[in-house]
Amino acid sequence: MAENNINNEIVKEENLVYKKTDLLTDKALSYCPGCGHGTAHRLVMEVVEELNAQEETIGVAPVGCSVLAYEFMDIDMQQAAHGRAPALGTALKRLYPEKYIFTYQGDGDLAAIGTAETIHACNRGENMTIIFVNNGIYGMTGGQMAPTTLPGMRSSTSPYGRDVESMGAPLKMTELVAQLPGTYFVTRQAVHTPAAVRKAKKAIKKAFESQKLKKGLSFVEIVSNCNSGWKMTPNQSNQWMVDNMFPFYPLGDIKVPEE
Amino acid sequence: MKELRLMKGNEAISEAAIRAGVDGYFGYPITPQSEVLEYLMLEKPEERTGMVVLQAESEIAAINMVYAGAGAGKMVFTSSSSPGISLKQEGITYIAGAELPCMILNVVRGGPGLGTIQPAQSDYFQTVKGGGHGDYKLLVLAPASVQEMYDFVELSFDLAFKYRNPVMILSDGAIGQMMEKVEIGEQKVRLTDAQVKERSPWATTGKDANRERNIITSLDLDSSKQEQFNHKLQAKYKEMEDNEVRFEEIQTEDAEYIFVAYGTSARICQKSVQLARAKGIKVGLLRPITLFPFPSKRLLELSKQVKGILSVEMSAGQMIEDIKLAVECNIPVEHFGRMGGIIPSPDEVVEALEQKFL
Repeated sequence: MAENNINNEIVKEENLVYKKTDLLTDKALSYCPGCGHGTAHRLVMEVVEELNAQEETIGVAPVGCSVLAYEFMDIDMQQAAHGRAPALGTALKRLYPEKYIFTYQGDGDLAAIGTAETIHACNRGENMTIIFVNNGIYGMTGGQMAPTTLPGMRSSTSPYGRDVESMGAPLKMTELVAQLPGTYFVTRQAVHTPAAVRKAKKAIKKAFESQKLKKGLSFVEIVSNCNSGWKMTPNQSNQWMVDNMFPFYPLGDIKVPEE
Repeated sequence: MKELRLMKGNEAISEAAIRAGVDGYFGYPITPQSEVLEYLMLEKPEERTGMVVLQAESEIAAINMVYAGAGAGKMVFTSSSSPGISLKQEGITYIAGAELPCMILNVVRGGPGLGTIQPAQSDYFQTVKGGGHGDYKLLVLAPASVQEMYDFVELSFDLAFKYRNPVMILSDGAIGQMMEKVEIGEQKVRLTDAQVKERSPWATTGKDANRERNIITSLDLDSSKQEQFNHKLQAKYKEMEDNEVRFEEIQTEDAEYIFVAYGTSARICQKSVQLARAKGIKVGLLRPITLFPFPSKRLLELSKQVKGILSVEMSAGQMIEDIKLAVECNIPVEHFGRMGGIIPSPDEVVEALEQKFL
């Protein structure tokens, strides 16, 4: 089908300005149109390609929207039980200390059920990278409240808005892990504009490269949208993210290694 | 020359792991098995063989570390005792579902709940009948001596890799804590990463140009494929039943009654056989060494020879269900056991036999 829509007059070698990395498979993404996961996947795989590290990389997929990340990333991957990805990453790095190891986790996986594994992998200073995609909601199970859901924000399990008094305040995992001596590089990024995408990619690359220094864990949060779960159009959700998520989860480096 | 040492069961299993060329251990302290982690930390296996030893933040993290290490083709294991093994059940079913070879040691203590730290055999159901969710089986070895704690390490990894299936060594607090003479084997060299790739071409060792990417997962959302996969697992378990049944018999040739007991209970029953025979009662002992697969065929044969079977377990009676299934109602099968961390005496076992059958 798709082939029929391609204008071969336009698709010529000399017109080519962008090519999907070979490290993303051709399988159609399972994410909702407008979701930031696809871009985040691409950035991680572009970094692996630029490091020429397909053979040297093992990834860990979580439970959540990105449970099938291994269908889209053309590298060896393991799928973890809910929240346990940093435990898997720990063992992989200890057993293969020269390989690039990363986990790719959402906020329910990393900040709720996997809090212990996250904190302890960070605290032990495992020389791996955690990619933490935070959209403030459980996407795959249909939009329930996450530890990162903003105060007053509606979800299917906080239908009247998150009441901080009874439901607790949102958890800023990234600031929290930055306090631990085991983390080496901690940053918060986004992928909603070309400029943000470029910055996020730079951060992911730095995170991967820092694994070779063996100085601790690199942690990259990507604040993202969930247009389906937030019940908005993709554009509305990105605007809502800028207006509401960013003030609470400000973008930028939180812990930068001393050069 | 044979190297002999006086060791605790928990120490023997740890030394055996280093000597077998195991790549990694991930554990969490719990009585009565903490000596495993303590011994491994003290021995510095990282220096001796390059083996990784890590104290995890929880039993849950430890079993998931084992999942990852096994998924990457390495020889890895974890150990715990009953309450900790309960915590590991999620990880164990994922390991079974992803068909990963590894070893898990359970040094059983009395339950339910926090129970007691004394020896028990009340985790038979959890171990042999599942424990976690889904239709899966562990291959289960039940050591009855410190020597078997040592020997079963290599055996468990051989079986785990042969079937791509988790193997559990179901021990108990007595075998774990008691000291016996152990014959120590040669030091084996750990496999190189290239050898690991060759042995486990399915493992996530890093995708190279010669193969498709490897994925370790237990997920398949397509129900017909998931059912097919379940059939494949069941065929594997059937193969284990056909090939891997292990048991020991003591004085069953002329026996009119037999004890069936494993682990610590089997050690006690050895003495009970002597005591009963001194009284003129012809008793023998069948000791299952594998609890799954269970020696059902042999028990069915014996049911045509003997008048009754006494299942002796440090539980309320769990293995007895498998014995009853095996003997197809040919003969009466009775249970005798102590619970809550109490070990029965040989005399008590003979008394129970007399009360129930004579």
